[in-house]
Amino acid sequence: MSQPRVPGWIYVVVIPLVNILLASLAAGLLFWYLDINPLQAVATMAYGAFGDSYGLGYTLYYTTSFIFTGLAVAVAFHCGLFNIGGEGQAYIGALGVGIVCLTLGGKIPLLLLLPISIIAAGAFGALWALIPAWLQAYRGSHIVITTIMFNFIASALMGYLLIEVFKPPGSMSVESAIFPESSWIPKVHDVAALVGLDLQRSPLNLSIVWALLSAVGVYYFVWQTRWGYEIRATGQNSGAAEYAGIHLGKTVVLAMLVSGMLAGFFALNVVQGEAHQIKLSLVNGMGFTGIAVALMGRNHPFGIVLASLLFGFLYQGGGELQFEFGVDPRIIVVLQGLVILFSGALEKMMKHPIERLYLKYFYRPTTTDAAEA
Amino acid sequence: MTAQTDVAAQMAIELRGIDKRFGPVHANKYIDLKVEQGTIHGIVGENGAGKSTLMSIIYGFYEADEGDILIDGQVTKISDSKIAIASGIGMVHQHFMLIQNMTALENVVLGAERGIMLNDSMKHAREVLERLSKEYSLEVPLDTPVEQLSVGLQQRIEILKALYRGAKILILDEPTGVLTPQETEHLFKVLASLKEQGTTVIMITHKLQEIMAATDNVSVMRRGEMVAHVKTSETSREQLAELMVGRKVLLRVEKGEAAPKDALLEVSNLSWTAPDGVLKLDDVNLNVRAGEIVGIAGVSGNGQSELLDVLSGIKQVQKGEVKVNGHVIDKSHPLTPSEVRAIKVGHIPEDRHRMGLVNSFAADEAFILGYHRLPQYNGKVFSLRNEITKDCAEKMEKWDVRPQDPNLKTANFSGGNQQKLVIAREMEQDPDVLLVGQPTRGVDIGAIESIHNRIIDMRDAGKAVLLVSVELEEIMSLADRILVMFDGKVVGEVPASVANEQILGLMMANIVPDEVKALQKEAQA
Repeated sequence: MSQPRVPGWIYVVVIPLVNILLASLAAGLLFWYLDINPLQAVATMAYGAFGDSYGLGYTLYYTTSFIFTGLAVAVAFHCGLFNIGGEGQAYIGALGVGIVCLTLGGKIPLLLLLPISIIAAGAFGALWALIPAWLQAYRGSHIVITTIMFNFIASALMGYLLIEVFKPPGSMSVESAIFPESSWIPKVHDVAALVGLDLQRSPLNLSIVWALLSAVGVYYFVWQTRWGYEIRATGQNSGAAEYAGIHLGKTVVLAMLVSGMLAGFFALNVVQGEAHQIKLSLVNGMGFTGIAVALMGRNHPFGIVLASLLFGFLYQGGGELQFEFGVDPRIIVVLQGLVILFSGALEKMMKHPIERLYLKYFYRPTTTDAAEA
Repeated sequence: MTAQTDVAAQMAIELRGIDKRFGPVHANKYIDLKVEQGTIHGIVGENGAGKSTLMSIIYGFYEADEGDILIDGQVTKISDSKIAIASGIGMVHQHFMLIQNMTALENVVLGAERGIMLNDSMKHAREVLERLSKEYSLEVPLDTPVEQLSVGLQQRIEILKALYRGAKILILDEPTGVLTPQETEHLFKVLASLKEQGTTVIMITHKLQEIMAATDNVSVMRRGEMVAHVKTSETSREQLAELMVGRKVLLRVEKGEAAPKDALLEVSNLSWTAPDGVLKLDDVNLNVRAGEIVGIAGVSGNGQSELLDVLSGIKQVQKGEVKVNGHVIDKSHPLTPSEVRAIKVGHIPEDRHRMGLVNSFAADEAFILGYHRLPQYNGKVFSLRNEITKDCAEKMEKWDVRPQDPNLKTANFSGGNQQKLVIAREMEQDPDVLLVGQPTRGVDIGAIESIHNRIIDMRDAGKAVLLVSVELEEIMSLADRILVMFDGKVVGEVPASVANEQILGLMMANIVPDEVKALQKEAQA
């Protein structure tokens, strides 16, 4: 019996939307309990996130970070690997960016420096993923365990380097010197001003262009190259991959290198684009949020960009909520949690009912069905 | 009126107008079925004929859209499997529902505990099981974890599970798929003794031979419809096959004489030990000449899979030597699967789901598996997706893979069409040596015919074909020479002209009959 077919857009558009709607309903109940009008809360969040160029700038700045960490998780996932180490890989990426900007900044023009810092961010992130990848590929150590441990090692290493190496003499705070201004990635509002567009100041910088390019690049890499093919074959059916002569170890290492590289790019946005210095815990959980982003975005770059926008909205809009209503900042974490719960953990909950509804009311048999039957 | 009830009372189960649709798919079309009390009733049909749906309705997994189920003459609404069990229906699924690290006893008790404390349930279960297993020769070691038991024993546990729950009607879904011929024979004995005690057995299968051997009545399904009910004694395999497929089917493969030439594949003294230390291949010697099919018979798990894996480069040669077309593969000259493909060896793997295909891939992606690095599919950086799709579409048409949609997910093809896709992929590369494992496992009768013909065509085109199958009939009808494997060794060789089920059956149990010994001596002399 052939399975009746439900078109892809049901899975890509309808089900995620329904899940988000359910999460919003649950969040609404929460606000109602806190004596906040849920509609007002939504309006506040929406205004805070999209209402003006300031809010929008912040939203897109967060979105940029999530695109990088989300893509990182997705590429590894296509190879059947759960890379929990985005946090550490992004942190080490910051080290690469920091070294490039502190040594070359002010000495060479940005146009020359930028490719170097991009390579450094990616290479350092990839390098940090390489050891867990190698251990998984050739020693059978589980990647989840090793990448988590490497997050802690990254954190300890960066703490040590910041105190012992990067902290300018005499400074009391644990952070590196500010990079020379010429090495900063330009802010979008500054670029807009050049063409006469007046935007409010926000941390949004041109890294977002690189993030979108990366998303396109990931699409082509995963679905349009033989390496992507091998990664997906390995992830979906390692027995078949072996049969096909695909070297499992090499493929695992390749997928993790690309994944670590994407996580490392995170530092372009947050360090070279906004903070302009290496700070303690600058990743601040965004590496982990990348898991939720990838999950929501169904590991597809397009979905990841959308999911990143949603999480950017939650971050920025949630901050606004806290500001307006004085709610506990942890409520925002609860909001994010609800979104993850409904669109991640309970993803299958709505799948069958929606499939059934579709088949019952909208399905028309097509010629392919007839040919098969 | 009374007479009518009497007739109904003799029926263990009766279906009246059972109808079930899944969206546009009409899986069961107004099915009527009567299963007499105390008989073994076979239900046959191709994959997708609706057998499993029908049984799922009886067992309460699905509810019928229309129609009634009568159990012992009473209309019973079976809305979930608990009601089915309470009505005396037991089901043994094709894929066993056992917890691997629990013992047989624990598995039987699971879900049928008599109270909070397990001790009492276990004691009771042990008594009942000991009685049942004696009565029906269903002996099972009760205290061994299931994972250490053979599939045959695991199946017995499933049957015991159903009987323990008071099953009067036992449904078996493809019960012999994983069994050795001996285990199958034993199963049929068990079923016969169950029948004697008044249990009704419904057996779903696509193996006609077994229907003929074990059942009293048989119902045939085709495309969701019940097309015939017949007494087994009044029908034949040919008639059943025709009813199943809807047209005449050749059960015997028609092929001419083989014209073998030089050996293309030579295996000498090949041994292979699994990582857990078990010797899986023990000094195997064989050769396959151009223009012949050499069959490897044997109970599944006697080294056939490892032989194919080693020959195709998935596993490395540890001891001995493989010569393909003049290329030597041994421990110091290992070849990867892609290198083996490059020296013109095709491999149709035994298990298309585990090896041959990636279910989530589109058909065209699955179609290049193993050949995905060939220049015709790749640019410098990007794959030539249009070329791949075009190529796949052409080959799908040529090999009659349906539906002819290269973008359709592999998982959405029927088993036969998936297998055709694999076979098309491997044969289209025009290999000199073709390794074939279980070519028709889970494939419809209609497709089997065409797959067999393709294999014969390869032979006639002067290729060397090595065929591994656990279906004796398939081996006997396709192979020109038959080797039997047991415990990693080649027990002996029989020309197809001499082979029959008795001889091969004995050899599969590591006994070489005298007539074969004589033949071998003759050959040596």
